[in-house]
Amino acid sequence: MDVHAAAPEAAPSFVTLIEPHLDYLYAFARKLCGERMAAEDLVQDTLLRAFRAQDSLRNRERPRYWLTKVLLSASADQWRKDAPHEHDVPLEDERFSLFDTLVEEDPLPYSDRLHLDFLDLFDDDSLTASLQRIHAAHRTALVLAYVYGYKAREIAELTGTTTGTVLARLHRGRKQLEKALWEYARQRGLLKGEPRT
Amino acid sequence: MIACRDAVERLWSYLDRNIDGAQEDELEQHLGLCRHCCGELEFAKQVRSKLASSADTPLEGTARERLQKFAQRLGER
Repeated sequence: MDVHAAAPEAAPSFVTLIEPHLDYLYAFARKLCGERMAAEDLVQDTLLRAFRAQDSLRNRERPRYWLTKVLLSASADQWRKDAPHEHDVPLEDERFSLFDTLVEEDPLPYSDRLHLDFLDLFDDDSLTASLQRIHAAHRTALVLAYVYGYKAREIAELTGTTTGTVLARLHRGRKQLEKALWEYARQRGLLKGEPRT
Repeated sequence: MIACRDAVERLWSYLDRNIDGAQEDELEQHLGLCRHCCGELEFAKQVRSKLASSADTPLEGTARERLQKFAQRLGER
């Protein structure tokens, strides 16, 4: 018997497995839910589901990807209850151009870099709040693609749909985002002469 | 040449590299001649950059503690 043989390594605890991903899960949940407490609830639900399936987690090479899938499943169960039908984007939103609206309305008359300065009005909280004005399925696709850099085929795999559906959701989501940013800035009085609410 | 409306419709797909070769050629031909759509393209890049920069919302101290304790309680089961 080789007394110097290394003892088998103990399996990492559940806490050890999920700890490196807590910030990511919470940040992602904030983008999907908006409110801090709702985001925390979603992360707790995700941890519970992950714990129940932790054998699967231990065997994964990409734990963050797997946890993303678990979080999306928990999130989808929630929004299917709250808003089960994807809404068509109203025609006026389909035609809305934030780029043109900023030029026409000139809401920051002293700016010599109007479009960039408009975007600079948004901190992380106001950007997150604007995202909440977008239908959940479209918001989810937008956040995965443009906040976290997932490809359309990965988003399809993560959300259990087709790449075609993801591309359609991204298209609708982008149009809604343009309108949402404009409406948020107007309603919150971020622009010239608008009363702050 | 494609119209501005069609060009603008394709800008994000172009940046995402989700556009076929023929459509890409038409768009690039349009962008070579249309200052307005070049502005739209630049703005689309800025919006994307804004979204990407928001990826790392820090987890507040008390929320981190609550989630860690929640995970620990699960681990003790």
